[in-house]
Amino acid sequence: MTEDKDRKNLVLSGLEPLIITPNSVFVNVGERTNVTGSRKFLRLIKEEKYDEALDIARQQVEGGAQIIDINMDEGMLDGVQAMTKFLNLIASEPDISRVPIMIDSSKWEIIEAGLKVVQGKSVVNSISLKEGEEAFIHHAKLIKRYGAAAIVMAFDEVGQADTYERRIEICRRSYDILVHKVQFPPQDIIFDLNIFPVATGMEEHRLNALDFFRGTKWVRENLPHAHISGGVSNVSFSFRGNDVVREAMHSVFLYHAIQSGMTMGIVNPEMLSIYDDIPKDLLEYVEDVILNRREDATERLLDFAENVKGDLKNTEKAIQEWRSGTIQERLTHSLVKGIDEFIETDIEEARLAASKPIEVIEINLMAGMNVVGDLFGSGKMFLPQVVKSARVMKKAVAYLLPYIEAEKDGSSSSAGKILMATVKGDVHDIGKNIVAVVLACNNYEIVDLGVMVAPEKIIAAAIEHKVDIIGLSGLITPSLDEMVYLAKELDRQDIKIPIMIGGATTSRAHTAVKIAPQYRETVIHVNDASRAVTVAGSLLNSDKKIYASTIRAEYDAFRETFLSRSKDKNFLTIEQARQNKLQLDWSQFEAVTPNTIGAKTIAVELEELVPYIDWTPFFGSWELYGKYPAILTDEVVGEQATALFADAQQMLQQLLSEKWLQAKGVYGIFPANQVNDDDIELYDEHGNVLETFLTLRQQAQKTKGAPNIALSDFIAPKNEGKPDYMGAFCVTTGFGVDAKAKAFEEQLDDYNSILIKALGDRFAEAFAEYLHEKVRKEIWGYASDENLSNQDLIQEEYKGIRPAPGYPACPDHLEKTTIWKLLDVEKKIGVSLTESMAMWPASSVSGYYFGNPESKYFGLGKIKEDQVANYAKRRNISTEKATKWLSPNIAD
Amino acid sequence: MSKITEAIQERILVLDGAMGTMLQRYNFSEEDFRGARFKDFPHPLKGNNDLLSITQPEAVKEVHRQYFKAGADIVETNTFSGTTIGMADYHLEDFVYELNFESAKIAREVANEFTDRPRYVAGSIGPTNRTASMSPDVNDPGYRAVTFDDLRIAYKQQAEALLDGGCDLLLVETIFDTLNAKAALFAIEEVKEERNLDIPVMVSGTITDASGRTLSGQTVEAFLISVSHIPLLSVGFNCALGADLLKPYLKVLSQNTSFNISAHPNAGLPNAFGEYDETPKQTQALIKEYLEDNLVNIIGGCCGTTPEHIRMIAEIAKEYKPRKAQIIA
Repeated sequence: MTEDKDRKNLVLSGLEPLIITPNSVFVNVGERTNVTGSRKFLRLIKEEKYDEALDIARQQVEGGAQIIDINMDEGMLDGVQAMTKFLNLIASEPDISRVPIMIDSSKWEIIEAGLKVVQGKSVVNSISLKEGEEAFIHHAKLIKRYGAAAIVMAFDEVGQADTYERRIEICRRSYDILVHKVQFPPQDIIFDLNIFPVATGMEEHRLNALDFFRGTKWVRENLPHAHISGGVSNVSFSFRGNDVVREAMHSVFLYHAIQSGMTMGIVNPEMLSIYDDIPKDLLEYVEDVILNRREDATERLLDFAENVKGDLKNTEKAIQEWRSGTIQERLTHSLVKGIDEFIETDIEEARLAASKPIEVIEINLMAGMNVVGDLFGSGKMFLPQVVKSARVMKKAVAYLLPYIEAEKDGSSSSAGKILMATVKGDVHDIGKNIVAVVLACNNYEIVDLGVMVAPEKIIAAAIEHKVDIIGLSGLITPSLDEMVYLAKELDRQDIKIPIMIGGATTSRAHTAVKIAPQYRETVIHVNDASRAVTVAGSLLNSDKKIYASTIRAEYDAFRETFLSRSKDKNFLTIEQARQNKLQLDWSQFEAVTPNTIGAKTIAVELEELVPYIDWTPFFGSWELYGKYPAILTDEVVGEQATALFADAQQMLQQLLSEKWLQAKGVYGIFPANQVNDDDIELYDEHGNVLETFLTLRQQAQKTKGAPNIALSDFIAPKNEGKPDYMGAFCVTTGFGVDAKAKAFEEQLDDYNSILIKALGDRFAEAFAEYLHEKVRKEIWGYASDENLSNQDLIQEEYKGIRPAPGYPACPDHLEKTTIWKLLDVEKKIGVSLTESMAMWPASSVSGYYFGNPESKYFGLGKIKEDQVANYAKRRNISTEKATKWLSPNIAD
Repeated sequence: MSKITEAIQERILVLDGAMGTMLQRYNFSEEDFRGARFKDFPHPLKGNNDLLSITQPEAVKEVHRQYFKAGADIVETNTFSGTTIGMADYHLEDFVYELNFESAKIAREVANEFTDRPRYVAGSIGPTNRTASMSPDVNDPGYRAVTFDDLRIAYKQQAEALLDGGCDLLLVETIFDTLNAKAALFAIEEVKEERNLDIPVMVSGTITDASGRTLSGQTVEAFLISVSHIPLLSVGFNCALGADLLKPYLKVLSQNTSFNISAHPNAGLPNAFGEYDETPKQTQALIKEYLEDNLVNIIGGCCGTTPEHIRMIAEIAKEYKPRKAQIIA
């Protein structure tokens, strides 16, 4: 008999190790990337929509799967090819391939194909004695040589084991062959003892669960180091359609199976209730069935199941149930579920019971928020839920404040004070606000200075409020320099407050190489809300010195490696790059003459823009990743995405009927020609030069035949003597957003404040899409017969492009000033540019129009000093200034 | 001659240092690389160091000799790129067997010149210039320039030739993609089975930078788990980092395996000109820290190390007892 302490660990690996010790919690194998179990996954693989198929794998890992099962066994698929392709794709997604792979197939050639493409130690699912000893030994030997563990089915030449006796007979025989004939490591053997349905009404199925438990226990006691796995959902097969009962059956089964020694299993986490949460009566009926405790167990569960059909969770009875709990239970429930309906009543009750009002925050509310924090930290709650919890928390605190003020003992109980600011010149704050809310949920006191905060103001506020951490955020590239400057200033003034850096444009590389060396205190890059809490905790706890020096050492090492890395990329000089520019055939070219020339303004009704909204990025801004509309039915985040979407739709209706926002835009199409390779001149009707757009050219050495592109290549050169055109635009839906967001904040409603900003951004993008279509079909009219769906628009199926300054094809933000002059943007629609060239209000989009059917989006990549110098001359600014603006794109 | 599996229990074994930089000192010309044998070969051969085992065997032997004199117990054959995959760049695929066989043979000859104590020849099996678990094309992440089977076949040929030429053990080294290494180990297992032989195998990965991961993205522990399915003489790291930066990763290995531990770090990080500035004395001081911490069983050098570095390493290594591997559950 094997004692736990003597057991060998089962060790597996993806990019990271998975070590299963006797003390490990149950290992959850993700099951959604299985074509036999998920119709959606099958469809995606058949249609070769690998990106979406990868999203499913990613969501499983994010949702807590410690291993992912991949199965391509379907008649219409080339299984070897599909397995190879998908595992190769997974290998290039580090956030998926960090976990070990379970290569699942009933065909050996598919398993072997999988084994040939995984670098980690994976698990084969499965082999058995079904086809006799010879094949079994052959496969096991190869699996060992490929370096994988194996699931061994309780199956032999006679058939599948369905009783306790057959299970132990087959397992013992399989084990002996593997360990003694193949020298297979016993800890790498995982038996699947076949989980069969119970409560089927058939007498012979009564013992199915019990036999599994007994078999499991026997294997653990008699076959040293071997593990047990199984597909759990089978057990509840006869209750298909009744999820309440099925979920309860799964957790009861698992509860007993784990006690018997089951270490891993294929489980859908969505189909699992918490054992302790199962209502007493249901639990009793289910356990009667699983453990075969009564003659009439099945009938009783069936009768009961009739009553619990439908959703227990939202009925009046359920509300009554949680309202009858203790005060702490009720507060925790309100916080976890984000319900504010009863919060003031409950808080009043708690306040009367407490000796001091502050205790309600310190004890009751913090206990509740700790539950929220734990659930979020372990991936069981999602961001929109947490933000709703925070809203309830804020309301509760606001209710208590007058009482606390009255007591005035002045003692603070927060975990620490954190200053949050979006740096000077930058107006984007959705991400910053989310991080602030999450930190506040974790008992940090937040001093939020808002957007466009000057460095002096940040420093003054940090001193005045005696903050413990400064959090800086930025979305546009010039913000990176602001952060560097601020770090320098803090250091110069000898301030000793750690900095957390976040925001879309920031990176660990930039933080380590550019910011950290400027400041003697800790500077750390944190890019997601859930990590911010742990980082803040580590920065402030008693071991903070060790943490700080670890971070410092890590960044120092990173920087050294970064700076000393070999520069293997070859670059052309700007002259050579121009020689290799994109040569379109201008001899046959005839530009379509625009129907309208010159700058014009446009105002549209918001309703018209709704069909143009691309919802996918909306979910992304809430850290819910997946494509709309598939995200609404996603296994992991679907429920949350649906709830969020419902809230957004509700606000959308109100926003439309009450006209919260105005959509205003300005655009213009002008005669234009390419000059000096990289510039585009824009003319008035008499041919006088109005403005010149300066474009940047790719300089990295290309593979043979590929051009070094600049946007100017899409416009006919002046010396061809042919007229051509290009346009520019700026649209905004931002007026009204800030006022609304502020109003929500005053009502302590961060959730809706963030929601309106996210919607504002979506409307601005929708407006840009709408206007581009109008330009193609009417204003310029080069594609008057175009007929595309919104999906086609999102996938950029149209002809011509609308690149925006600050984005990959044209990262130069200074080009916005030229657009502003050309179209007189600020005067016409009121959108202004900050000193960092961010547009205010934030929900605005600007860019160029190129109509040439050959034009396409591309990334500039890195450029060299010679182009920077040349550009500075063309822009008539110092090389130093040019370097500052273009620095993210300059190769070092 | 006592077996290496016995010697390694008694003392810390010293591995040699860099071969490439030592051969560069000869400033061989295109003609020298070709020798008489490849005089009329239609493709340029300069820079193909492995070929020198055939065309300039005395030079290669002299490097081995210097390392043995400096105190190395094990020298590596001059076969780092000796697979059909690595030799394809020079159109020398057809000479791969001979190249490995001759390299092993001359190393063996030099080893036999030393009679004071057993000296060993390790057949060097490099990573090849292709990766089985990464795509060279960023626009097509599912593409692979080489497959497991391509690698397995190429490695098997190399391993067979190295053993035929007289190697005592095989060294799968500078592993930046674990899947390549798994193909090599698979091939070696096939050879072992077919010849009914037990061949000691050293495995040595490469941690690319301060991320603490291999180029293919694995952490130290994940790498270790992925190569531990066959019995190894040792597992360790080499190249990319100097002894100081490599140390934390060796510690992780040491704590998690019952295999012996090997290390052959670079002579520090290269300077701006790609040269290594760490002096033998500095190397010795850093290796001394390994020994104080009882970290290694096999110690040597990689890029930038010279016979003088190895002399200093050997001098200090004999003062210490080898690491005792604990039994890992």
